[in-house]
Amino acid sequence: MTDATKYLSHLELGEPDQTFLDSNELIINMGPQHPATHGVLRVILKLDGEKVLGTECVIGYLHRGVEKIAEHRTYTMFNPYVDRMDYVAAVSNGLGYCEAVEKLMNVEAPPRANYIRVILTELNRLASHMLWLGTHALDIGAMTPLFYTFRDREEILKIFEKYCGARLTTHAFRIGGCQYETYEGFERDVKNFLAFVPPKIDEYEELLTTNRIWLERTRGVGVISGKDCIALGVTGPVLRASGVKWDLRKAKPYAAYSDFDFEVPTGQNGDTYDRYLVRMREMRQSLRIIEQAVGKIPEGPIMAKIPKVLKPPVGEIYHSIEAPKGELGYFVVSDGSTQPYRVRVRPPSFVNLQALDVMVRGALIADVIAVIGTLDIVLGEVDR
Amino acid sequence: MVTRLKQQYGSGIREASTYLGQAYMVVESSIIYELLQVLRDQEEFDYCVDVTALHYPQREKQFDVIWILYSFPRNERIRVKTMIADGESLPSSTAIWGTANWLEREVFDMFGIKFDGHPDLKRILLPDGWKGHPLRKDYGIIQQDNEWVQINLGIESGQ
Repeated sequence: MTDATKYLSHLELGEPDQTFLDSNELIINMGPQHPATHGVLRVILKLDGEKVLGTECVIGYLHRGVEKIAEHRTYTMFNPYVDRMDYVAAVSNGLGYCEAVEKLMNVEAPPRANYIRVILTELNRLASHMLWLGTHALDIGAMTPLFYTFRDREEILKIFEKYCGARLTTHAFRIGGCQYETYEGFERDVKNFLAFVPPKIDEYEELLTTNRIWLERTRGVGVISGKDCIALGVTGPVLRASGVKWDLRKAKPYAAYSDFDFEVPTGQNGDTYDRYLVRMREMRQSLRIIEQAVGKIPEGPIMAKIPKVLKPPVGEIYHSIEAPKGELGYFVVSDGSTQPYRVRVRPPSFVNLQALDVMVRGALIADVIAVIGTLDIVLGEVDR
Repeated sequence: MVTRLKQQYGSGIREASTYLGQAYMVVESSIIYELLQVLRDQEEFDYCVDVTALHYPQREKQFDVIWILYSFPRNERIRVKTMIADGESLPSSTAIWGTANWLEREVFDMFGIKFDGHPDLKRILLPDGWKGHPLRKDYGIIQQDNEWVQINLGIESGQ
């Protein structure tokens, strides 16, 4: 169906050598069906022995045309579709989309809705990081963290299920606020979770942070400088691990984030180990935010006054949030009708994946697996 | 900043304003490369957030191409928009921001807009042999390249 050499035009393969023994260069195809590519990602590797000389990503296997669908649905009907992009952080996707349309219509969600949004989004960040940690560690060869993180992620999914009936593609928020009031015992459940999870995070750290094999496999692997990150548009924990202290929750606060006190963890070396540390510390910061929010959810309505039929005025808006993977942006254009003229999603995974080539050049083939894991991509969002 | 740029480029900048608190500029396609370069080098817009396009089939210049830029030192965002007709091409901004590589490929894939000087302009999400550019307004939502589907998937239709 596809000829591998066609993709490799930029890798300067040159003329073939007279006998294959003269050449050490090897082209290897990894994926799209490969257990360590976290979905259907195909990476073509140019190797010299075990050393990586260059890579080329082939993506699009999960392309569903989300942006095209948006133009044929009303604003409200499109809302559940965004959950299916980054399906491990569906709540964040929904928050970004709802806030973008709210901005376009010039309405604001009431404070109570914003607090509920912050709690659920931060819980989702924890769930996303837990899934990342489990699968990333599994890729590198540590099997235990997967079972631990999936066990603890379950507690978050239970809260989601009780709140809105769904575990994964939650559709938790609506344009203008939230559809559902918190259920009886919501605050109790969240507080129980806050008490339950810190010792579990200690447990993960005990397994990995000073583990000799983990250190060998992650330290100095997939190094990228802060400058390169900015040039390549890499955001999220990957950018912060390279020493750039930038988080949209602080830089351009949205929802109720300006009410809370939290820190933005950064690393120095920009390697896989630092990215691991940054995400672990982010989990603890998320818990801090939830702790502050859950105690003082304001009373009041959960839905702003918005019309039954949404017709935002003609205009365009770009709104972005700090999703677990980086900057998730929505560029929404309205022509004044009930359907958006265009919805463009700026996916963090897609842009971050572009840095893979820079991060693995000169590394070993086993490190490619570690770097794909550390980038924390979700192919549903890469391909949309 | 806007007055400075206006002095430099005069009528090349057709509009510079804000909408809902977000700054944007509409510029002539002839100065776009130079302007983007100036925005990065002199105005510190060091991060290219997104490159995307819009299709207005009834207009003479059918496409809007939009760069969304962010400046870390200034904590500001700006959208730079230019218009081109079908078949025209734009200079690639890959040399200014590495990010633009895949983003421009996606615009090419979805809208068929060519970027001159792009190192590797080919489809990114759709298969290489696909015909048509799905995010154009005249491309139907269930439309597909039947020939490609029949040859490569061995089925009559994907619908």
